[in-house]
Amino acid sequence: MSTISSSSGLQVGNGPGRPRRASPTTRVSTFLYSRPGLILLLLLGPPMAWMLIVYLGSLSALLVNSFFSLDGYTGLVVRHFTLATYRDLFTRSNFEIVQRTAGMAAAVTITAAILAFPLSLYIAQFASRRAKSILYLAVLLPLWSSYLVRVYAWKLILAKEGIISWFFGVLHLKGLLDWLLNLPVIGGPSLSVSNLGIFIVFVYVWLPYMILPIQAALERVPKSLLEASGDLGAKPIQTFRHVILPLAFPGVVAGSIFSFSLTLGDFIVPTALGNSSYFIGQAVLSHQGTSGNIPLAAAFTMIPIVIMIFYLIAAKRLGAFEAL
Amino acid sequence: MSETQVPAVRFSGVSRHFGEIKAVDGVSLDIQDGEFFTMLGPSGSGKTTCLRLIAGFDRPTSGTILLHGQDVGRLPPYERDVNTVFQDYALFPHMTVGENVAYGLMIERVPKVERQKRVVEMLELVRLSGMYGRKPSQLSGGQRQRVALARALIKHPRVLLLDEPLGALDLKLRQQMQIELKVIQQRVGITFIYVTHDQEEALAMSDRLAVFNLGKIEQVGSPAEIYEHPATPFVAGFVGVSNLISGETARTITGTTDTFSIRPEKIHLVDPGAEVPYGMYAADGSVRDVVYLGLYTRYLVELEQGGDLVVVQQNLNTTSMDVLAARGRKVRLLWQHDHNRLLKDI
Repeated sequence: MSTISSSSGLQVGNGPGRPRRASPTTRVSTFLYSRPGLILLLLLGPPMAWMLIVYLGSLSALLVNSFFSLDGYTGLVVRHFTLATYRDLFTRSNFEIVQRTAGMAAAVTITAAILAFPLSLYIAQFASRRAKSILYLAVLLPLWSSYLVRVYAWKLILAKEGIISWFFGVLHLKGLLDWLLNLPVIGGPSLSVSNLGIFIVFVYVWLPYMILPIQAALERVPKSLLEASGDLGAKPIQTFRHVILPLAFPGVVAGSIFSFSLTLGDFIVPTALGNSSYFIGQAVLSHQGTSGNIPLAAAFTMIPIVIMIFYLIAAKRLGAFEAL
Repeated sequence: MSETQVPAVRFSGVSRHFGEIKAVDGVSLDIQDGEFFTMLGPSGSGKTTCLRLIAGFDRPTSGTILLHGQDVGRLPPYERDVNTVFQDYALFPHMTVGENVAYGLMIERVPKVERQKRVVEMLELVRLSGMYGRKPSQLSGGQRQRVALARALIKHPRVLLLDEPLGALDLKLRQQMQIELKVIQQRVGITFIYVTHDQEEALAMSDRLAVFNLGKIEQVGSPAEIYEHPATPFVAGFVGVSNLISGETARTITGTTDTFSIRPEKIHLVDPGAEVPYGMYAADGSVRDVVYLGLYTRYLVELEQGGDLVVVQQNLNTTSMDVLAARGRKVRLLWQHDHNRLLKDI
């Protein structure tokens, strides 16, 4: 700003008789116009610096820390390369945490995809413009309020005296609910303290992240493709299998990346609705906090990253990114 | 044998209304087996809706549609013996050319070996033999158009529907495809129902055509009938260029105020005061505008009695210099009595 005003002062001094010089903004523009490399640097420099230093920097710090170990007597981090911390991951209790979290993430992702698909298809292909914006709003609305608040709202809904429990009672299905809660892995004293409850809340909070990419993928499918399929003799179910599903696949993969990785890293939902059995996020939290075992916390954090890398490679093999 | 008497498609009083809009309004029509039939009209005239009604993508509000004698009004597309070439081709982007063409057979569970054989035959028919493994995105517009045609023809439908299939192609390719489509139709011998807004295309390709306007059929006939004997002012104006003369101007030329149409290419342009031969109408005016178009020249002549006439003259002995000098000149227009077409309404 200041350079512009000072050089425009210069221009006044030039007097009317002399040829007018280009204004400073023009000169700056011309200077930049002939140097596209410089423009690129100015545009990409700050975000790239952010990515490299803050984002990748912290990730590599994580990676380095995961190869250190904790001295059990002094409680200090030993800064020597070792795989001992990773070996700790495979102790029975730690490995159960990994299994539990990955299993939950897979179940949540599959359920969210199944729930999201019909709605996405309806929004993308069949809804009127008005219905489309209403449904869009309905999907996005929960994201406007705090995630924490919504999780605790669900804790009330799922509580023993909560609305779901009451509803089962009204329908005289209390027995069914008790039977569900008595099942070994998913059950617990009430829905608000059980893996089933965690599962329900996870599906709820990540569902929009599944709906939006699938809907975006289906939005790009011209209606004439569906008509062409029917025209060539395909019943709706065959059109779904041979045309809609393959074309929506990249969207399903994109959505599942969100719901899968978000579930892998979350510690709030299992803390709010879980019992003493940990998920990865909780393990990371407690190891780096209370027990000060930064290396083990870092090693735990590497698990979701490694799982996601393999997941993306598999998705690429299946051709998920060809249509992007 | 009686089969040949049954029309391929019969519309009886078919209407399709979208709320207040009457997209198709009481259309009755017979299309014969093996015919190349064109539905011609401006956009929004109802021709594409008619095609979609035959294909089954849409259902009539009232009236019946018979396909080879069978009422198909409530039949879904996948149970009708018709196939469609879409305006945007609607090729499946995740499949190769071969898989696209094979789609109908794959759905029918035709064994792989036979499927393969028929796809190769089809690709040969549309001259795309080497393209089996390509993706649609790797093809040019004209090639995509042929894939769409091959995909629609592979099931040997009794009726093929084509929705402005050449609309996206450039002029040269269009003219080449017009000829190819006609050849293919004669080779496979099935009914083609062709929708277009291009009157030249309609005249060039069709055995018969129907001219649509505002959801209704204005006229059905052979290209020559439609061109030479337009039944309504709309047909006269839409198919080719026509001069419509009515009222007082018409009376000074023909003696009655009945509206008539005269084609621009039927009018002779002569010097003012030239003799009027027997059996010819005459009108005097001055040339207001000249457009030199290479093959021919288009003149806009302002009549003394009021009104304008478009006149087209082939550039047999004239150069661009000559014709452009005609601007502003007084001329006499002559045409034969029997080239005048009296029109039904107005």
